Amino acid sequence: MNTFVERFTTNASNGLFCGNGAVEEDEEFSDAMWGSEAGFGSLARGVPSFTVPSVSDPAAFLRLHTDDHADPNCKIKIQHGTTTLAFRFQGGVIVAVDSRATAGSYVASGTVKKVIEINPYLLGTMAGGAADCQYWETYLGMHCRLHELRNRERISVSAASKYLSNLVYGYKGMGLSMGTMICGWDKTGPAVFYVDSDGTRLKGDLFSVGSGSTFAYGVLDQGYRWDLSDEEAQELGRRSIYAAGHRDAFSGNTCNLYHVKENGWNFIGNYDISKLHYDGPGDVAGSPGHGYGYDLRVEGRSSVNAPEAAPAVAAQA
Amino acid sequence: MSIMEYNGGSVIAMVGKDCVAIASDLRLGNQALSISSNFQKVFPVTDRIYVGLPGLGTDVTTLRERFRYRINMYTIKEEREIEPETFAHLVSSTLYEHRFGPYFIEPVIAGLSKTPSGGVKPLIAAADLIGCLNFAKDFVVAGTASTKLLGVAEGLWEPDLEPEDLFETISQTLLNSVDRDAFSGWGAVVHVITKDSIISRTLKGRMD
Repeated sequence: MNTFVERFTTNASNGLFCGNGAVEEDEEFSDAMWGSEAGFGSLARGVPSFTVPSVSDPAAFLRLHTDDHADPNCKIKIQHGTTTLAFRFQGGVIVAVDSRATAGSYVASGTVKKVIEINPYLLGTMAGGAADCQYWETYLGMHCRLHELRNRERISVSAASKYLSNLVYGYKGMGLSMGTMICGWDKTGPAVFYVDSDGTRLKGDLFSVGSGSTFAYGVLDQGYRWDLSDEEAQELGRRSIYAAGHRDAFSGNTCNLYHVKENGWNFIGNYDISKLHYDGPGDVAGSPGHGYGYDLRVEGRSSVNAPEAAPAVAAQA
Repeated sequence: MSIMEYNGGSVIAMVGKDCVAIASDLRLGNQALSISSNFQKVFPVTDRIYVGLPGLGTDVTTLRERFRYRINMYTIKEEREIEPETFAHLVSSTLYEHRFGPYFIEPVIAGLSKTPSGGVKPLIAAADLIGCLNFAKDFVVAGTASTKLLGVAEGLWEPDLEPEDLFETISQTLLNSVDRDAFSGWGAVVHVITKDSIISRTLKGRMD
């Protein structure tokens, strides 16, 4: 934080942030920012720059107005509840996410795309601040392309994820909020990296992120094996997101499923979680052929709806 | 963390032509974690009165028993069934007795009262957690989805609906409102009270 304030107050020359207060920012717009460069116009000068509020501690100022744990009535609400998962197996990487966005208890949207298609070989998942994930993963995509042009070879998942983690670490303490999985296929085979805004970067086989992650892990851990077939793996991803959507109030609506293979990612499908509960995923590979719902699975076999056969036998006797 | 949102749940009541309807969701949660999809919060009081008790789960159970006791005492002493309007005031005073340490419940009442000519008059009411009564002519809402319910009901409700149409209206209002609320849903139950029968139906709702 102190380093940031220093850079701000001394009008630093490193160009990471706009040196002037918001009042004088008009001259700061280069022509590129109004052009067709999708808000990344500032790249022409190297690193993106952001305007900051002209107060002594901008990060604290932002926190005051966005931290809804301390103050649920604060003006700016950042998207929170989510369930995302990704796992590596013999046949590639499965990425599955829900699609609910909530602001407090209000379900703001049920059709959010939480998988960000960075390029045909890389996927990023979105948990935490929607804008943060969207902006920085798109930005990551641009740098992955630059890497390809410079080195005449695709960037490894490891390098891409490290680029992102180093990038967000530079903003540590300033309120970025993202928990993401960078997934893809490179020279080393299928790869999954967990990267978050604290600067954590972990390589692993299986991750789940978000408020519903505990529910997803429950199903995932129970069904996970390295030698899962493609169909089994896709079904496991779907079933895990269903479990989270069912039990977690802040996850749900639909499940988006992706499968990354040697020649890039494939979008498998979008599944309504309520439909998964009552009818199952329908006529798709790996489908159990019935709904996932507990009541359906135990029909006539639990204490509350015991089989009817028993009293009928008693009546005969 | 609001105590009113701890367990989640919502109730709505609507007036029709010589009938009233009351409906609720079936969710009981522990904050974000959904626990039960069969938690009743609407209860019969007499043959023609139902009360909905959205709010803190433990107080739903407690108040339900408290009202049962008071209704039984009233019936024994008066040797007649309680009228909806009287019951509304009983609810109100029960809540106000706890003015400085309230039950975290916002009751919704729906009933048919008898008219001198032998007909029936629909009555709905809602109260806040310390018993301020609101007798409405159209609909009343309460619970975590109350803001959403109010908006949808404002758009769908119309006067003098027959029982079957009222059932459709209240069901659509509830189902669509709770889908926009993270703390309500997981199924629903609807009761339509008419002069000579009560239609109770459990609805299939979204399970996420």
